[in-house]
Amino acid sequence: MTSTQVNGNVPAFLNENPKDRIVVLGVPLPLLERVGLFVLLAAVVVLPMVYDGYDIYEFGKILMYMLAVLGLNLLTGFNGQFSLGHSAFFAVGAYSTAIMMDQLGMPYWTTIIPAAAVCFVAGFLFGLPALRLDGLFLALATFALAIATPQLLKYDGIAHLTGGVQGIVLDTPYPPAWIDSIVMSITGEELSVDRWKYMFTAFVAVIMFAGAWNLVHSRTGRALIAIRDNPLSAKTMGINLAMFKSSAFGVSAMYTGVAGSLFAIMDEYLAPESFTFAEAIKFLVGGVVGGIASLFGAIFGGWFVLEIPNIADLVASSLADYINNPQGLTGLIYGLFLIFTVYVMPMGAAGLVQILVHRISTKR
Amino acid sequence: MDLFIEQTVSGLATGAIYACLALAVVMIYQAIDHFNFAQGEMAMFSTYIAWYLMDDAGLGLPFWVAFVACIVLSFIGGAAIERIVFAPISDAPVLSHIIVFIALFSMFNSLAGFLFDFTPKNFETPFGHTPFIDGVISSHRVGMIAVTLILLGLIYAFFRFTPIGLAMRAAAASPESARLVGVRVGFMLALGWGLAASVGAVAGMLIAPITFLTPDMMLGTLLYGFAGAVVGGLTSPLGAVIGGFMVGILENWMGTFVVGSQLKLTVALVLIIVVLLVKPAGLLGRVVVKRV
Amino acid sequence: MALLEIKGLKAYYGQIEALHGFDLELEEGEITAVLGANGAGKTTTLRAICGMVKAGGAITVEGENVVGMSTESIVAKHKIAHVPEGRGTFVRVSTEENLRLGAFTRRDREIEKDYERVYHYFPRLKERRSQQAGTLSGGEQQMLAVGRALMLRPKIMLLDEPSFGLAPIITEELFDILGQINKEEGVAMLVVEQNANLALAISKNAYLLETGNVAMMGPADQIMNDEQVRKSYLGY
Repeated sequence: MTSTQVNGNVPAFLNENPKDRIVVLGVPLPLLERVGLFVLLAAVVVLPMVYDGYDIYEFGKILMYMLAVLGLNLLTGFNGQFSLGHSAFFAVGAYSTAIMMDQLGMPYWTTIIPAAAVCFVAGFLFGLPALRLDGLFLALATFALAIATPQLLKYDGIAHLTGGVQGIVLDTPYPPAWIDSIVMSITGEELSVDRWKYMFTAFVAVIMFAGAWNLVHSRTGRALIAIRDNPLSAKTMGINLAMFKSSAFGVSAMYTGVAGSLFAIMDEYLAPESFTFAEAIKFLVGGVVGGIASLFGAIFGGWFVLEIPNIADLVASSLADYINNPQGLTGLIYGLFLIFTVYVMPMGAAGLVQILVHRISTKR
Repeated sequence: MDLFIEQTVSGLATGAIYACLALAVVMIYQAIDHFNFAQGEMAMFSTYIAWYLMDDAGLGLPFWVAFVACIVLSFIGGAAIERIVFAPISDAPVLSHIIVFIALFSMFNSLAGFLFDFTPKNFETPFGHTPFIDGVISSHRVGMIAVTLILLGLIYAFFRFTPIGLAMRAAAASPESARLVGVRVGFMLALGWGLAASVGAVAGMLIAPITFLTPDMMLGTLLYGFAGAVVGGLTSPLGAVIGGFMVGILENWMGTFVVGSQLKLTVALVLIIVVLLVKPAGLLGRVVVKRV
Repeated sequence: MALLEIKGLKAYYGQIEALHGFDLELEEGEITAVLGANGAGKTTTLRAICGMVKAGGAITVEGENVVGMSTESIVAKHKIAHVPEGRGTFVRVSTEENLRLGAFTRRDREIEKDYERVYHYFPRLKERRSQQAGTLSGGEQQMLAVGRALMLRPKIMLLDEPSFGLAPIITEELFDILGQINKEEGVAMLVVEQNANLALAISKNAYLLETGNVAMMGPADQIMNDEQVRKSYLGY
């Protein structure tokens, strides 16, 4: 049906993308996708001109979660490895940035690339032993990683770096003077920190999304998919399984890690309690509900995990007479949506769109 | 030396809890080849039910009445989860199962806070907290060990000596052959889930007087349960029980003498990964042949 | 009316039709052989009878159509014991526990007594009674499978390639015992076999399947003497 069949055939040529041949209402699918991308990009650019304050901060958070979910999608959706422990890599990214800012006095914007590198290495190293763990056992190992992470972050031995239970308070990421003056000259207004945080996040997110896009549509990307669909055949085709799978883990950790960096910068504060298993559940929810094997799905997923708590609050406040603990509602809704997705639309929201596209499309 | 004995004995007591959870995990694993990541949260939720049954704010029942009622309710709940949630997706890919387990995790965790609020609650113990042997072990911990041993003995007898227990083992090991001798495999799976949920409930009710009752109380405990199951061998219930006790003792030794109490969960993490890599069969299990 | 009556049997694996609608009968207390090459549909036929593949047509046992019933109900209600290909041994439990499982659907008090009945046919199983079944030899496991089937006190036994993987001498012994069981217990048997000689020797009737259809049927001695069958399946 769709592209996640476990035992599907490996494409004979890694250089050919079967999607290139699909036409929707007279428009080739790749073109349609690109148009979609530009519409989204336009929206990302326009948003800070319209919104400010908490609203724009929320949009930044959506992009941040989109990146985190994207990391999981690259690993699970495109390479077939499971992780319940991406909250750990989220933490590695966030703490890398925070420690570089706090201890080394580095400006926030210089920490993204080194933090990404640290997360890639962390993911790669974790991916090495993970190579020998079959799907379910990898899920268990990463589950353990997620559970152990908050305690590890509080450890006294590294508290001088991590701030222990207290966490770290970070400097506010003010916009560079030259950007401020450009904005001032155009709009006549000072650029607000909230707007700047969003712009910075969007800048990083767009670049990384483009990177993921190119990766998935490249030879390497198709090799990753081949490994997911049929590891044995992929191996006989000369794909270096170990290298590809560990690297996939590294890249995946890097995406989620950079999301962590942005999280630290945006919130100007971090503490171990932000990196519990609940966070890993959020990424899984975003990935699954959006569509685990889809890049667009990650965008939807990012929006979804952020929006659900708001909706839960809304529900709770309208039922305030009967409900004492609205916090409990979010996890409940997350769980219901996970089960709903597995039962009704295993490919998530992106899968639904795919099916619709399939209905009205023809092949060239 | 005193400290060593004290830590070993109290490790044995918490090990009893891990043994219960490890057993529950292994029972499910043997039946459906999946890890129940929600086992701990199910146990936690059961414990809240017990609390509601015995607390004055709830029904105010005596401890042992609530204890038994909670086991029965957990059994029904576990069986219902199998029938309603997992039976329809028995042929679905691994990822679908993992997602549903995580969904249950999230839902039970939230539901507990939602219904009973998030403030830690005292959980009664019928054994009291007086010293049993001064400086070595408290009466509650002795009770933990005793209840666990009785429970494990009952479960062993059930599987070993009753036709239903035998049929459950057969259904878990080779479902198709079991059908051919007239065993209702779906029914046996539901029974297995019910039993696992009951065993988990006992673990929850025994640990709650020590940790206090909170929605997150089982997170770390489940991790040790998994570690026990992995160490003992995922295909061996006896191994899982032994593994659970071993992990309980090891946790205390490592926590007291080696890494300090702050890295206890990391010990479990390392233990799980190292055993899975180096000796995937564990102490008493078989090597699971990887199907490609 | 025959004990087991099959009319227009079709069977499906997903979208693929494996059996194309044939008839087959098994009379009370008789042995009927089902012969055919690999892929002819012999195993599928047996699996269809006990509800393990999706089937069409009618499979009537003791006057009741069992198509659509669950395997467990068919086994329990109509006392059909299936000795599957590869024996279906419960390898992790003891020999005697395997036998106990065979009697799982029975509620009478004579189960204990029936162990001795099985041991009467297969004395070797008695020696191995508390041994883990997985450690038994291939021949012993096949005997255990038949013994487990006996524990149901079956009206019908379905035997799928009982000779598979066994030494010729053991196979002969096994077929002797099958014949003996048939006579003494009055169990009707449907025997699927590659080793056509052996199967025909103890059977009254035989069916020859080819690619999901009955190519030939008749009394076993007649089939045995058929020129075509001898060339294709008996090898002389």
